[in-house]
Amino acid sequence: MAEGIVAVTEQRDGTFRKVSYEVASEGRRLADALGTTLTAVVMGSGVDPLAAEIQQYGPDRVLALDHPELADYRVEAYTEALAQALAGDPPALILIGATVQGKDLAARFAARRDAGLAMDCTAIELRDGAFVFTRPMFGGKILAEVTIPEAPRIAAVRPNVLRIERRPAQAAVAKPALALQGIPTAVVEKRMDTSGRIELTEADIIVSGGRGTGGNFAPLEELAAALGAAVGASRSAVDEGWRKHADQVGQTGKVVSPTLYVACGISGAIQHLAGMSSSKVIVAINKDPDAPIFAKADYGVVGDIFQILPKVTEAVKALKG
Amino acid sequence: MNIVVLVKQVPDTESLVQIAADGVSIRKDDVKWIMNPYDELAVEEALRIREAKGGGVTVVSCGGPKAQETLRTALAMGADKAVHIQDPAAEGADALGTARILAAALKAMPFDLILCGQRGVDEDNVQVGPAVAERLGIPHLSFVIKVELLDGRVRGHRVVEGGTVVVEAPLPALLTTQRGLNDPRYASLPGIMKAKKKPLEVKSLADLGVDPATVGAAGRKVVVRALKLPPARQAVRMIGGETPEAVAAELVRVLHEEAKLI
Repeated sequence: MAEGIVAVTEQRDGTFRKVSYEVASEGRRLADALGTTLTAVVMGSGVDPLAAEIQQYGPDRVLALDHPELADYRVEAYTEALAQALAGDPPALILIGATVQGKDLAARFAARRDAGLAMDCTAIELRDGAFVFTRPMFGGKILAEVTIPEAPRIAAVRPNVLRIERRPAQAAVAKPALALQGIPTAVVEKRMDTSGRIELTEADIIVSGGRGTGGNFAPLEELAAALGAAVGASRSAVDEGWRKHADQVGQTGKVVSPTLYVACGISGAIQHLAGMSSSKVIVAINKDPDAPIFAKADYGVVGDIFQILPKVTEAVKALKG
Repeated sequence: MNIVVLVKQVPDTESLVQIAADGVSIRKDDVKWIMNPYDELAVEEALRIREAKGGGVTVVSCGGPKAQETLRTALAMGADKAVHIQDPAAEGADALGTARILAAALKAMPFDLILCGQRGVDEDNVQVGPAVAERLGIPHLSFVIKVELLDGRVRGHRVVEGGTVVVEAPLPALLTTQRGLNDPRYASLPGIMKAKKKPLEVKSLADLGVDPATVGAAGRKVVVRALKLPPARQAVRMIGGETPEAVAAELVRVLHEEAKLI
């Protein structure tokens, strides 16, 4: 097998996204298991602080792709930079976080290198010296175990699934020269939510609402605030216009893997269940004792969310003091 | 403006998916098939652009004989013509193989703009759009919820975690669609009748000059070893109580003391 593991990190405005620590930690574990090296890749413009920070997660080498053309993410520039930096013999495995940016970059880079790509993996194992990637399909209704017989191999790993492990290291930082001319695309505007809302795919806890909310998400927002949780929604709640598309959990929305998923007034359509079934613990609160959601839940409460949720919020606040 | 839309037929998201006897594919009988919901957004957007700017909309799909239903649906929505790449040697292609086939078909037709869903809701690869763009050597903008056409350029409003980024690309370009872009129209009855007479061309890999060894099951870079169902959960534990306060207290206690989550 080809040598070395490469973990491609992701930053925005000089701050790592959480998945960067996840890919670096997983890369370290796999490199140790194979007795090979881990290279962490940081990309952007002015990335010295990030190249220093990622050393906390145990790379043997840091590849800093530092160029003004990489200041804002554009897939053509990032693909080209990665292709130049990773030219030559392919490593045994390239890891990347399956965020919006990571999926986009992984897909284009895989096509550039004609490389097998296991998208949105939730586990990577070594069996008889070969990588076996587990990836949900059909929004999580099916788990596929796939292999990529030949390098280059790319695995985009689902955020919020792999364990973060700090392993402070002293790694050499290499800064290869990059030639990035003629990038055809330009970022003309960025409109970011600065309210500090927690992104669904990165949230440890999600409080989610469906048709049973009748469009009133206030009690869910209050519970979410008390828990430090993100607020999600079912497709019907989004179709009703009660919540934004970005909040939708399900096979045609976001597939999430929090440690705790609280489904409020969600009956449990198959496509919704697919999108949240990899949550560690599921709580369902619904008026209808026959709602399909209860078959997928760990804990169930039959009752009116408008009576129960405010009391849950009070109890959580009391607990957290 | 020549717009090409890439569409795929997938199992209905409201249906259960069952693993076939071979253990590496899904059961295809007694499944309801639909147009990939993200591709519906792409068809709708193409029709709106044509209505505003003129031009033609061609829909392209790679799939077995049944995939023709999805092409007919797109024609019934209002697309002008369809290309169906149907070849037994294309079956079992992975995302890169499919992209290779679609790119070969696109090279043989005029296009200013290519639209497709951000992913197929079957294999969830999120790869084919960007891979087609790469093989054609054109820019792509993924996860787009708004499209603006300027003179010779396109602006895509891309949804990223926590916001929207507007990116501009020269045409020709490929865009992948995200929910929120539009509300796809239903095919009308007259539309369905008209669709039966619209041109639908069937092409083989040989017609496209694609070497069968590089695509289909033979050309897979990613090999499926096994399909499994997600692990079953233990039976639900119902939490009751005399009052909402009592129920809430017990729920929070269980999550805190037993599940240790809060």
